[in-house]
Amino acid sequence: MIKSNSGIRKTDVINRRMFIIGAAKVVVFVGIVARLFSLQINENKKYLTLSDKNRIREWKLPPTRGNIVDYFGNVIAGNLKVYQLHIIPEQVENFNYLLVRLKNLLNLSDKRIARINKLKAELKPWDSIIVSENLSWSQFVKINNYLYDLVGVKPVMTISRNYPFNEVYTHVLGYVSQPNEKEILENEIIQERFVPGMKIGKLGLEKRLENYLIGTNAIQRYEVNAYGKRINQLEHQKGKQGSKIRLTVDTEIQKACGKLLNEKAGSISVMDIYTGDIIAMYSSPSYNPNLFLFGISQDEWQLIRNNPLKPLINKTLSGLYSPGSTIKPIVALSALENKVIDTKFKVKCTGKMELYGQTFHCWKEKGHGWVSLKNAMKQSCDTYFYEVARLLGVDRLNITAEKFGLGKKVLGDYFDNEKKGLFPNTKWKKNNLGKGWVLGETLITGIGQGYIQSTPLQLCMMTAQIANGGFAVKPKIIVDSNPISYEDAKQSMESGLLFDTDSEKLLDKKLFKNQRNVKIVQEAMFASTNERFGTSYKSRIDDPKYQFAGKTGTAQVKRISKRERELDLELEQIPYKDRDHALYVAYGPYVNPRYALSIIVEHGGSGSKAAAPIAKKLFKLIIDRHDLRNKQSNFERITV
Amino acid sequence: MFQHDRLSNEITLFQKIKNLDYILLVSVILLSVLSIFVMYSTDGGEILFHTKNHFVKLAVFFPLMIFVAFFNIKFWHNFSYIIYLIVILLLIYVSFFGIKSSGSKRWMDLYLFVLQPSELMKVAIIMCLAKYFHRIKIENVNSFTSITIVLSIIIIPIIFVISQPDLGTSILIALSGLIILWLGGMKIKYFIYSFITFLISLPFIISFLKPYQKLRILTFLDPDRDPLGAGYQIIQSKIAIGSGGLNGKGFLKGTQSYLDFLPEKHTDFIFTLFSEEFGFIGSVGLLILYSIIIFRILRIGAISRSNFARLFCFGYAFAIFIYIVVNLSMVLGLLPIVGSPLPIMSYGGSSMLATMIGFGIVLSAKINHKQMIA
Repeated sequence: MIKSNSGIRKTDVINRRMFIIGAAKVVVFVGIVARLFSLQINENKKYLTLSDKNRIREWKLPPTRGNIVDYFGNVIAGNLKVYQLHIIPEQVENFNYLLVRLKNLLNLSDKRIARINKLKAELKPWDSIIVSENLSWSQFVKINNYLYDLVGVKPVMTISRNYPFNEVYTHVLGYVSQPNEKEILENEIIQERFVPGMKIGKLGLEKRLENYLIGTNAIQRYEVNAYGKRINQLEHQKGKQGSKIRLTVDTEIQKACGKLLNEKAGSISVMDIYTGDIIAMYSSPSYNPNLFLFGISQDEWQLIRNNPLKPLINKTLSGLYSPGSTIKPIVALSALENKVIDTKFKVKCTGKMELYGQTFHCWKEKGHGWVSLKNAMKQSCDTYFYEVARLLGVDRLNITAEKFGLGKKVLGDYFDNEKKGLFPNTKWKKNNLGKGWVLGETLITGIGQGYIQSTPLQLCMMTAQIANGGFAVKPKIIVDSNPISYEDAKQSMESGLLFDTDSEKLLDKKLFKNQRNVKIVQEAMFASTNERFGTSYKSRIDDPKYQFAGKTGTAQVKRISKRERELDLELEQIPYKDRDHALYVAYGPYVNPRYALSIIVEHGGSGSKAAAPIAKKLFKLIIDRHDLRNKQSNFERITV
Repeated sequence: MFQHDRLSNEITLFQKIKNLDYILLVSVILLSVLSIFVMYSTDGGEILFHTKNHFVKLAVFFPLMIFVAFFNIKFWHNFSYIIYLIVILLLIYVSFFGIKSSGSKRWMDLYLFVLQPSELMKVAIIMCLAKYFHRIKIENVNSFTSITIVLSIIIIPIIFVISQPDLGTSILIALSGLIILWLGGMKIKYFIYSFITFLISLPFIISFLKPYQKLRILTFLDPDRDPLGAGYQIIQSKIAIGSGGLNGKGFLKGTQSYLDFLPEKHTDFIFTLFSEEFGFIGSVGLLILYSIIIFRILRIGAISRSNFARLFCFGYAFAIFIYIVVNLSMVLGLLPIVGSPLPIMSYGGSSMLATMIGFGIVLSAKINHKQMIA
């Protein structure tokens, strides 16, 4: 009994204590349910988002660059379908066999094979390796024919930049290529949109307008697993192509410039004298920008780099030349404006001029005799301009020259390789060379030699501003959102005041004190081209439709010694490097002028022989295309 | 007395089958079927290695449970100490000749499958202590000798298990043992004193922990301190459960597990996958199923005549409860990560073997609930 009592007591204890535990169990289970409720019901949204963040990954595809078109809408920088070959290593059965097959089919180099093997080791097995960035159509077809034998190979069609006119626009457009790390870090937009294989502008407008041209990435959303492998595609979001940009240039004229400067080093610039539109801007020799798209080969690069005619330099904007006699219209204008001379003012040219024991030679040894402004300009008499410069002084000349655009960048920020050039004055010499100005330096400045340095585009603009009657133009190469017609531009210019949309100010467009003086200079330039004994008389066009006025220039690259002067060598007898640069500035048609141009042929010899004949050939084309250009004024409007 | 014994021994097979607890049996079958479906989902919706093996184990161990149930509860009472000693011997064997895997020595190769004796200890310790408290007089429960004996019974296997090292299983063994001490009538003040002592010595215990165990505690306290390393499991588990919502993402549609974001989804994190796919409703349903099982075991204990059966059932019900609580708290981020499987659901032979044997003894207690044990 005692035992059974004890047994009953024990059972009671067990039951009682079990009851306590049971109650505790219920509490704990309720706690767990509460936790489940909090996670799954209250915080469901938060965890759903986190789960999607886990499983969904976005892949950015390279954006499609905007097209660049010329004034007539012809694509000058576009996009082309290219065929590429990718390998997906995890799908390959026998990697070495595949490489041997591809090597034979595509003639891959051993270096390329080594590179592919290296990439394979670096990348995840499901990341594709680009074997060839740009397959030719025949290679692409060949690969597709053998595809049954090439497991793991993926022929891919993608889009690449293309320059249909090859070398014609290289110095204007630049080119695109793979960005380096610095370029990615410097530009936030590139940084945001960068994907391997994307190309960015490296030079010229392609670089300057990168943020407009770049476009937005297409985005592919994939479901991925914990190791980052794509499981399936969820959606595809199309990217937006970059903005289309229309330039003021005319491809026909630009091409003609290229032909005219074939195998020469030099530059041609053509500008609308009222709108400031740059019609052509060619630097010779040029090179093919398409070579850079898929990585230029060493051989081709060396060929461009070591070319003595320096194709890599944009001569129009960064070439600095002495303007030579092409400066004379400005010297004459400045003297007239400052009332130092008038049309009746005459100087006797004896072939040289003595100043403080130094001799200053005229190009014509025998001298021109008594010359007035018109004759001096026509025959490019140096003695006359020595005398005028002496009377005028370099500081007053500098003011006029700078007004007409010398010593300043023409296109402002658009090209980072554009140079300012230099038009000296006494203060400049004091500040920069620490020496006082010498009168002799004024004399040679008067004929465009000495310290003075200008770019071909500056000379073109200078000529344009003389041609339009002495009004400031704003040169531009991009057609803005509200293109102004030729007539409107002319009318607004001749009113003398212009509302500048950039600075929101009324600008005084007059560069002259008395417009009569501009007219006198224009007439002198006309004489130089169209009257007998004019330096470019041989290059004249008599038809008034095409008739133009111009000024030749011959810039010495080296001081001529007395002996050389006596020898009077033929061009071919002088070493190339020592030959003079040939220059020519002109505008036309003479009645109702429309266009100005500047031509420079490096080491071409005299301006009248090497540069002026080019203008004759070019003017016909430029003026013939004027009506076409006018019709295009109301071409679709493009916002940049 | 002998007569009585003989009478009860004369229960026919038919009666045995009739006396099985069908609610418990159906619940276990339901749980088993569910576990196969969940395993099928962990295999990515295909019948692969885990699904097949899990099915085979269920197919072997479920009949084993019935087999165990058909032995008289007196038989299990009589062999309790021996079973405990055999499992201790297995633990000793494992500590010398065990198979080493990911840094711990817990397993022994039995050719057909790999056995983890510490899992068996979870049941053996309940049997052993139930027998001890069944036999001891209630007056002697709090005597120095008996306290020493029961503490030794608990501490000896724990020493072996903790040195494997396997913190999770040792905690579960300890808790299973302690609950019998509590049920057996040990004074409440002892529990309170030892709990206070435990709290005081906690810093020292922590200083003895292995670096990875310390890391787990730190990670538990702040899973975001190393989201890709130690905190990864718990963060991903919470994301999976939380994103399940009310109805879940649907069977075979749990992205977290399907895309391999869940670690150890077959074993310790099986509930995470279940909860992601079946949501709050499914999870509560699973908890209700477990509650039914626990309740049935408690009820069998309550109707048992012998204190051994009673203690075993109550103790085992508590053990099952503790396994569930520890596992769920872990995957819900309420406790640090300690390896602890979810009974029946988790992949793992030894755990299932032990669980099924436990159920078998419970069923034996049901069949023989009128059995008295001297």
